[in-house]
Amino acid sequence: MQFLFDNFFALTISGLALGAVYALIALGYTMVYGVLQFINFAHSEVFMYGTFAVVWVLYFMGASGTTGPAVYGKFAIALLVAMAVSASVALLLERVAYRPLIRRGAPRLIALISAIGASFMLAEAMGLRDRLVGFVGLDDELAPYVARARDTRGLPLEIPRVGLFTIGDYRVTNIDVIVILSALLMMVLLDQFVRRSRLGRGIRAVAQDPESAALMGVNSTRVVQLTFLLGGIMAGAAATLYMVRIGATRFDAGFLMGVKAFTAAVMGGIGNLRGALLGGFVLGVAENWGSAVIGTEWKDVVAFALLVLILLFRPTGLLGESLGKARA
Amino acid sequence: MSTAASTDATEPRASAGTSRAAALRGARIREAWHRAPRPVRWLLGLLVVLFFYALPILNPPIISTPDTDFGGVLFTVAVYALVAIGLNIVVGYAGLLDMGYVGFYAVGAYTVAVLTSEHGSWPFLLVLPIAMLTTMVSGILLGAPTLRVRGDYLAIVTLGFGEIVRLTLVNSEWLGAAAGISKIPSPPDLPLFTVPHISWDTGVPLVDLGRTTTFLEFGVLDQVPYYWVALTVILVVLFFDKRLKESRVGRAWEATREDEDAAEIMGVATFKFKLLAFALGALVGGLAGALFATKQGFVNPQSFALLLSVMFLAAVVVGGQGNRWGVILGAVVVAYLPERFRGFEEWRVLVFGLALMLLATYRPEGLIPPGRTARVKKARKEVAALEEGDVEDTPSDPYAGAAGSGALNRQRSADTLATHTDPRTGEETSSHD
Amino acid sequence: MTDTTSAGAAATAVAPGGKALLEVDDVTLKFGGLTALNGVSFEIREGEILGLIGPNGAGKTTCFNVMTGVYQPTSGQVRFEGEPLTGRKRHKITRLGIARTFQNIRLFRTMTVKENVMVGADARHKTSVLGALFRLPLHRREEHEGSQLAQELLDFVGVKVDADELAGNLSYGDQRRLEIARAMATKPRLLCLDEPAAGFNPSEKQRLMELIRKVRDQGYTVLLIEHDMKLVMGVTDRIVVLEFGKKIAEGTPEEIRNNPAVVAAYLGVETDEVGEAVEHGGTDAIDAVVSGDAADVVDHHHHNEEEGTDAS
Repeated sequence: MQFLFDNFFALTISGLALGAVYALIALGYTMVYGVLQFINFAHSEVFMYGTFAVVWVLYFMGASGTTGPAVYGKFAIALLVAMAVSASVALLLERVAYRPLIRRGAPRLIALISAIGASFMLAEAMGLRDRLVGFVGLDDELAPYVARARDTRGLPLEIPRVGLFTIGDYRVTNIDVIVILSALLMMVLLDQFVRRSRLGRGIRAVAQDPESAALMGVNSTRVVQLTFLLGGIMAGAAATLYMVRIGATRFDAGFLMGVKAFTAAVMGGIGNLRGALLGGFVLGVAENWGSAVIGTEWKDVVAFALLVLILLFRPTGLLGESLGKARA
Repeated sequence: MSTAASTDATEPRASAGTSRAAALRGARIREAWHRAPRPVRWLLGLLVVLFFYALPILNPPIISTPDTDFGGVLFTVAVYALVAIGLNIVVGYAGLLDMGYVGFYAVGAYTVAVLTSEHGSWPFLLVLPIAMLTTMVSGILLGAPTLRVRGDYLAIVTLGFGEIVRLTLVNSEWLGAAAGISKIPSPPDLPLFTVPHISWDTGVPLVDLGRTTTFLEFGVLDQVPYYWVALTVILVVLFFDKRLKESRVGRAWEATREDEDAAEIMGVATFKFKLLAFALGALVGGLAGALFATKQGFVNPQSFALLLSVMFLAAVVVGGQGNRWGVILGAVVVAYLPERFRGFEEWRVLVFGLALMLLATYRPEGLIPPGRTARVKKARKEVAALEEGDVEDTPSDPYAGAAGSGALNRQRSADTLATHTDPRTGEETSSHD
Repeated sequence: MTDTTSAGAAATAVAPGGKALLEVDDVTLKFGGLTALNGVSFEIREGEILGLIGPNGAGKTTCFNVMTGVYQPTSGQVRFEGEPLTGRKRHKITRLGIARTFQNIRLFRTMTVKENVMVGADARHKTSVLGALFRLPLHRREEHEGSQLAQELLDFVGVKVDADELAGNLSYGDQRRLEIARAMATKPRLLCLDEPAAGFNPSEKQRLMELIRKVRDQGYTVLLIEHDMKLVMGVTDRIVVLEFGKKIAEGTPEEIRNNPAVVAAYLGVETDEVGEAVEHGGTDAIDAVVSGDAADVVDHHHHNEEEGTDAS
């Protein structure tokens, strides 16, 4: 307990940074769930592919040795590529693992199984990389990008940590600020998009009442695609921020992050964008505080116990469920 | 009734449309099964059961696993099947999405480990019921607060439970931490006779006297007796499962799954029955875990990864949730195929994932969906219609045929009702007259 | 045309002046700022068929839901045989002896016809896990009773399909009748039917009326919520009329037929065609509604109204 008080600000700020990443991933779960009532289990892999995109791009740009503002520039490029890669994977998922089932009117549990299958496939495909690459004889050239598929992959370039200002006794670094602010910015953009744009209204309409939306001329297939696309973009952003913070990834890095992000989404009230944000932050901070009090090894136990507690007292999450309703 | 008769008459002609041919064939097999006299069914069932008992002795080629011990693989498959039967109660019957079922499996295994090895040396046969009870209690403890939570949230809450159990195992010195618990004793031996295995090495079945299994001697190398025990447990559980499904309890589960509000309004205490499903499902999961622990001889947290829950769920859904034979087949697919193709280590999870997706798309109800006599009868009508060449649609006006005879029938049925059921005391009914 | 049947019902209406089975006592229900029910009081007497009518949005179904425990009243009380229902669990209310059907059919579609009815019978049964696992005598007795009752009730309501057919495969009319059988299997003291004739054609409605009378003749008390005036007038002993969450009239079908407030509620502000009918006087107006196209006009109007409020 003393440890928590001694390091209160450090734990809280890094918890917020961790929570920001959860929140960005959670958006993908929450939007797809809000529109389709479908747990997109494979969203964790959308995130994971984003983290690898960051690694590849930085390698590809010959990143090692870069200094100064160029570092930020290269990460900005990596962010765009990660978003593109994650969004593509998300769209592919929608097309291959989701749409064919819905056409056939499959029950939701089946869609979940399909998503689980897709998740296994995507993760394993990443794990198989060097075999695949070996088949086409690219091993030597691409070795730095793809070798040792099941190993942890580190970044060739990191943003140097600089202390910016002090809160309490904690020196807040540029990394903390970048992660938290970028996540908030993405979140605000998405929120505004869903609330104000025509396409966003379509999403809300379908979430609220698919039949009426269809009657009113909303193309629900488009809306579903858009939902997956937006979720993918957010996951790409999350992947970049994750790499900025952690600096390494692995073919199975998505699973635990996915579970946590989904927890955050449920905690905040699934289907609710602002709920995802709140849930992410609450989860990130609670994990840090919890591990400070009873030990890091119990971090995940704290997360899930908190989820159960919240659901007991607020069965629809902290902010309630509503992608369709005004709270959006 | 006339359709059934015509089916009988035209059965051998089998000139059904090609698109439906396979479905019809399946329906025919079921129909034949349901029509067979009871003793025939019993005899056939007995033969099938005997075949499964003999399987590890027979070592049939193709089915037998070249890369791993066949008896051990069969045991694993049997444990998966047991788990699938248990999880089917929760997911298939009661419609509760449990993604942390591995937690119960772990509780059962660790109860055995703790009581027989780590903190006591109680006999296995005494510990087994204790393990089942402990798991059932853990199911109630998890279910009581969480089953009030809406359906979809249950998935994540149970997932969390599975993970909490695993992390507790990893972090508790008392439970052996990451290293786990070893030296778990096997069940007591009861050596009665010895059977030689069959060898197919030369292409023809030969009795291999060099490789024998003693009934029942639980050795380290020979895992066949464990398989026999697991198979026996499965049969017992199946027996009870069937009885439960065809009772008030089974109906309450299904009604709750179909429409919880309507069930509640029809007098079903839905929460109680959901909790009951959870508790019984947990009990079976714990039983499977206990068997696993005693066969393995040791347990550690790695054996209870979250991924296992996903595999269990996949077994149930792939096989056909709600159908006990379906989920067993699903368990066989999920547990056996990866073992059979161990040579393709790198690819098997990938292929498994692909298989899940394909199954979900092309067999959304599972390999063997819940077969109802109703479906069989419907299929029978289709068979008849197709064979007669005129596909008869159901009349669009449901009363077209019934209207004429309706009044008469009602008159008759009213009489029967009056004589048998009287909701009130007799005098009130008569007071209207 | 209707008069012969409705006159018959009206004649018996005087007879069942039994004691009150269910009392709705000054019930008010508010959703946020909206008052769905406002001080509604009436009683259902033993052995009668009570009709609960009113224009759409009048609070019929809400009232019904309060009676069956789906909603808890904001104030006031619902008493069943003198016992307040407030705070009771829904499945316990069923076991007390109130059963219902649903306006939008809610059968257990993947269960067989017989099983659906047996779920209703199970409400009165006690066997649980041990009884089922070991087929104890109680279990066997209850299964037998449920199974037999199911067959009898299916015959009684006139569902003539195979009892092993899945409920979801039944025709629309059979599904409605199966709902009635399922509710009756709980052996209720009070059977509540929520718009049982919705979607029926005239000949089906005629048969439904016969069925409802037959149910009453078995000794059940029936509460009927219905849109179709002809059906309500033809089959009920007494009628309670709701409008905007308030009770505006109560009486025999004859009295209701001549009640100006009811006529106004139903027709006062309606479309032109009906408005014309009103000028001829209340009775005629109701008859116009009862006997012909006007009913459809009113119905349509109500449906439009309903959709309008939903969409907003």
